[in-house]
Amino acid sequence: MTDAGLMIDDAVVQRVLAAALRTGGDFAEVFAEDRRSSSARLDDGKIEELTSGRDRGAGIRVVRGETTGFAHTSDLTEEGLRAAADAAAVAARGGGGGVREVALTRQENRQPHEVRVLPEDVAKARKAELLLRADDAARSAGGAVRQVGATYADSHRRILVANSDGLLTSDDQVRTRLMVSCVASGDTGMQTGFEAPGRTVGFELFDEVDPADIAREAARRALEMLKARPAPSGTLPVVLKRGAGGVLFHEACGHGLEADLVGRDASVFRDRVGQQVASPLVNLVDDGTYAREWGTYAIDDEGHAAQRNSLIENGELTDYMWDHLRARKAGRQSSGNGRRQSYHHLPMVRMTNTYVLAGEEDPDEIIRQTPHGIYCVQLGGGQVNTATGDFVFGITEAYMIENGEITHPIRAANLIGNGPEVLQAIDAVGNDFDTWTGTCGKDGQGVPVSSGQPTLRVAAMTVGGTAGA
Amino acid sequence: MLELAERIAERAQPGEQVEVYVGRSHQTDVKVFDGDVESFSSADTQGVGVRVIRDGRQGFAYAASLEDDVVAETLAEARDNAGFGTVDEFLGLATPDGVEPVDLDLFRPELARFPTERKIEMALELERAVRAADSRIRGVESAEYGDSVSESAIASTGGIRTTTRRSSCSIVASAMAGEGTETQTGTGYSVARTPEDLDMAKAVKDAAEKATRMLGARKPSSRRLTVFLDPPVASSFLGLLASGLSASSVIKGRSLFAGREDEAVAVPFLTMVDDPTEPEAWGSSRYDAEGLASRRNVLIENGVLRGFLHNTYTGRRCGQPSNASAVRGGYRSTPGAGSRALSVTPGDRSQEQLLADAGDGLLVQSVTGLHSGANPVSGDFSVGVSGLMVRDGATAEPIREATIASTLQRMLLDLLAIGGDREWLPGGAAGMTLVIGDVQLSGS
Repeated sequence: MTDAGLMIDDAVVQRVLAAALRTGGDFAEVFAEDRRSSSARLDDGKIEELTSGRDRGAGIRVVRGETTGFAHTSDLTEEGLRAAADAAAVAARGGGGGVREVALTRQENRQPHEVRVLPEDVAKARKAELLLRADDAARSAGGAVRQVGATYADSHRRILVANSDGLLTSDDQVRTRLMVSCVASGDTGMQTGFEAPGRTVGFELFDEVDPADIAREAARRALEMLKARPAPSGTLPVVLKRGAGGVLFHEACGHGLEADLVGRDASVFRDRVGQQVASPLVNLVDDGTYAREWGTYAIDDEGHAAQRNSLIENGELTDYMWDHLRARKAGRQSSGNGRRQSYHHLPMVRMTNTYVLAGEEDPDEIIRQTPHGIYCVQLGGGQVNTATGDFVFGITEAYMIENGEITHPIRAANLIGNGPEVLQAIDAVGNDFDTWTGTCGKDGQGVPVSSGQPTLRVAAMTVGGTAGA
Repeated sequence: MLELAERIAERAQPGEQVEVYVGRSHQTDVKVFDGDVESFSSADTQGVGVRVIRDGRQGFAYAASLEDDVVAETLAEARDNAGFGTVDEFLGLATPDGVEPVDLDLFRPELARFPTERKIEMALELERAVRAADSRIRGVESAEYGDSVSESAIASTGGIRTTTRRSSCSIVASAMAGEGTETQTGTGYSVARTPEDLDMAKAVKDAAEKATRMLGARKPSSRRLTVFLDPPVASSFLGLLASGLSASSVIKGRSLFAGREDEAVAVPFLTMVDDPTEPEAWGSSRYDAEGLASRRNVLIENGVLRGFLHNTYTGRRCGQPSNASAVRGGYRSTPGAGSRALSVTPGDRSQEQLLADAGDGLLVQSVTGLHSGANPVSGDFSVGVSGLMVRDGATAEPIREATIASTLQRMLLDLLAIGGDREWLPGGAAGMTLVIGDVQLSGS
C-alpha cells in the first residue's frame, strides 16, 4: 500500500518534535492524516451527485504539566509543521525551555484483518449502480413506499503518529458503508425506515451485503411502522433484540467509563472499580480489535495498539477506558481508546466496539417469560448525562409483548432510564449475539463505533409514548 | 479569496457551469479545569468546494486545502463526478436576481486584537465564578472560551461574486451541584460578536441556577399536562419544524407540511418567519449559500401555511425563483434549502406571567434525545425532559428521568401562548417560552 499522502521524512518529524518541546513541554506529538473519501447520493429516484473529498494535514500538541497546547495545519512541509509546532508550544509555554532530542523508533502494527478492495480502485459507476439497485428494490417492496434515499460512502484514512517518547507509527484505515432510508405513506400519515450497515473494509463489503436486501429491510420497517399504534407511556419490562440494544450500554455506562469524564468527577461510575455496578448477568467489553467492525483499527489516534478491554465482569466494574494523557496521569498504560475525528481535533477517550457477551438463555424464552412489555428490534441512537447517569435512547422498530407473545408494532419513542439502575435491572441475557453500526458524538467530535449484545431484558424502564401503559 | 474562487470558476470548459465556494476560518479555544488551562487550541482551517453541472448532471468535490495542485485535483474530480449523476433538467446555478443585500454588522475587527492572555483569564474567571456562585456547586465539569473569525467567497459561471465574513465568541460552563450520591448539572453560556459583549454574569447565573434548582429531583408520575418550553428548548423544537419547511423535504415527500399550503396548520396567533436580515439573529448573513441576497420569508402567517424555503434548484422544480434560502455546511457540501434565522412572532408576556396565568404544568428546562426521539417526517416526538413542576402559577419541585411526547402537528394546534422573552440563540432558530397544552408526560 502506498503512503504517498504522508511522505514526511523521519528526520523532519524529529526536528518538529524538538521544536515543539522548546518551551519546556513534557510531551509533544505530531499526528498527520491524509483522508480521501467518496460518496454517492441517490434521492427521489435520481443520483443527485457523487462527491470526492480530501482532507490532509497535521495536528501538533504539546503537554506541559496540566496544560495541553494544540495547533493544526494543512501544510505538511517542514515550515508548515514547524509553524504549527511553534503555535502549540507557545500555547503550552512555561518558564523552562531548552533543547531536547527525540529519537524515534518505528513501530509496526498488526492489522486486525485484511482489506481486499480499496475503494479508490473501484469504478465510480459501480458505486452509483449500487444505489439504483437499492432504489429499485425498496420501491418494489410495496406501493406505500413513497420515497427512497440511499447513500454510499467510503473513506481511506492514512495516519502517522510520532511523539517525544520516541514512538513513530502509522496506519491505514478503510471504511465502507451503505445507508438506505424509506418513507412509507398510509392513512396514519408518513413513517420512515432506515438500515445502514458499515464495516472497516473496502468494496468487498458488498460480497456479504446485498444493497437490495438492505433496501428491502428499510422498506419493510417503514411499512411495518404504518401499522404501529401509539407507544405506551409509563414503566414496563423492555426486551431488546440482539444487536439492537448495544446502544443502551453505550449510553447507560459506556460514556461513564471513559477516564476523562471519570477524572473530572463527571461520572456516576467514579470510584466504583471492584464494586457490583450491574446485574451478575452482565459482562461488558470494549474491543478495538474486533475484525471488520465499524469501530476497529490497528492503532488509535495516539499510536497505541487497539486492545480488547474488559469493563464489567459478572456485574463487577473491572476498569475504565483510557487515552494517553489520562493513563500517564494515573501511572498506567493507555487502553488504546485515544481517538479524534480528524487532525483538527485533540484526542479524547472514546469507545470502539462496545458489547455485552452472550449469556445462556433462549431468546424466544425471554419473550415468552414476559407477560406485558415491549420488544425493541431497532434503536435509533441515544444520549447520556454522565454526571447524573440519566440517559435516553430512541426506538425505531418495536412491538408490544402481551402474554409472552409479540403482538402489534408501536410508534417511535424514546426510553429513559438511569444507567446504574438499568444495569442492575437486567434480569435475562440470551445466548445469541449481533452488532450495530453507529457514529458516536462527544464534545463536538464524531467517530465510528459499533455496539452489540445478545437478546436481553431490562425488568423496568420508562417508555415515553403517548398511550396508557 | 474571491480572486481564488474566480480563478477556479474561470477554468470552466464550454458547456459547463462551475460554482466555487472558498471558506477560511481562524479559531481559538481555551478549556480550563480546576484552576488550570487544560487545553489551548489555535487553528486555521481552509478549504474549497467545487460544483460542476454539465449536460444536466451534477458533480461535487471538496478539499481542505487551497494549494494549487489540490485545487486543480478538486476541480477535475468534480468534473469527473458530474458524469455519474442522473440527468435532471432543473439543475442549475444561481444567477444574480437584483435584490440588494442589507448591511449587517457581523464582523468586528476588535476580536483579532483581543489578547490571548485575556481569553485565558476569561475562561479561568468563568470557572471560578461558577464554583463560587452557590455553596451547593460541587464542581465545574467544563468551562470554556472560544472564538472564531470566518470568511467565505462564492464565484460562479452564473455571475455570482460574493464574500462574507463574521466574528463570534462564546463562553460556556457546565456546573455540577449536589453532595454524596446526588449530582445535578446545569449549563450556562453567552455568545457575542466581540468579547466585550459577552455576558459572564448571565452564563454563571444560568449554570449555577439550572444545576442547583434540580437538586432533589424525582421521577414524576405519568399524566397529561401543560408544558412550558424554556427558550432554548423551544428553539430546538423550531429547528425540527424547520426541516419540514424546507422545499427540498417537500419536493421529496419528507415534509409533514407537504400539500398543505394555504391551510391552517397552527393556532391563529402563530406567525413564523425566517429572516436572515435580522441583525440580532446568529444565523444572519448578507447572502445565502448560493450568493443571493438574504431576505425575509413568511412561512406561517396567522396559523396559515404560506410557503417554503427555496434554493435555486427547488425553486426551478416548483416553477418559482429561489427565495435565497440556500444553506450549506461550509465547503464540504452542496447547498440544501433551509432556515437560518427562524422565529415565531413573540407575544407580550414574560415567562413568570405565563406560568401564573396557566396555573399548573411542567417547565421544561432541558431535553435529551432530540435526534433519536423526534421524527421530522412523521412528526412523532418523544424526548427526555428535566425541569420544574408548576403549581398554582409558580415553579415547584424539580423532576427528572421522564419524557414528553406528542406530534409536531398537534403541538402547533395545542399551542396556548407564546412568550415575549425572545432570545436569538446559536443554531438558526430563536427561542421564547412556548406554552403547549395536553402533552403526555411519562414517568413512573
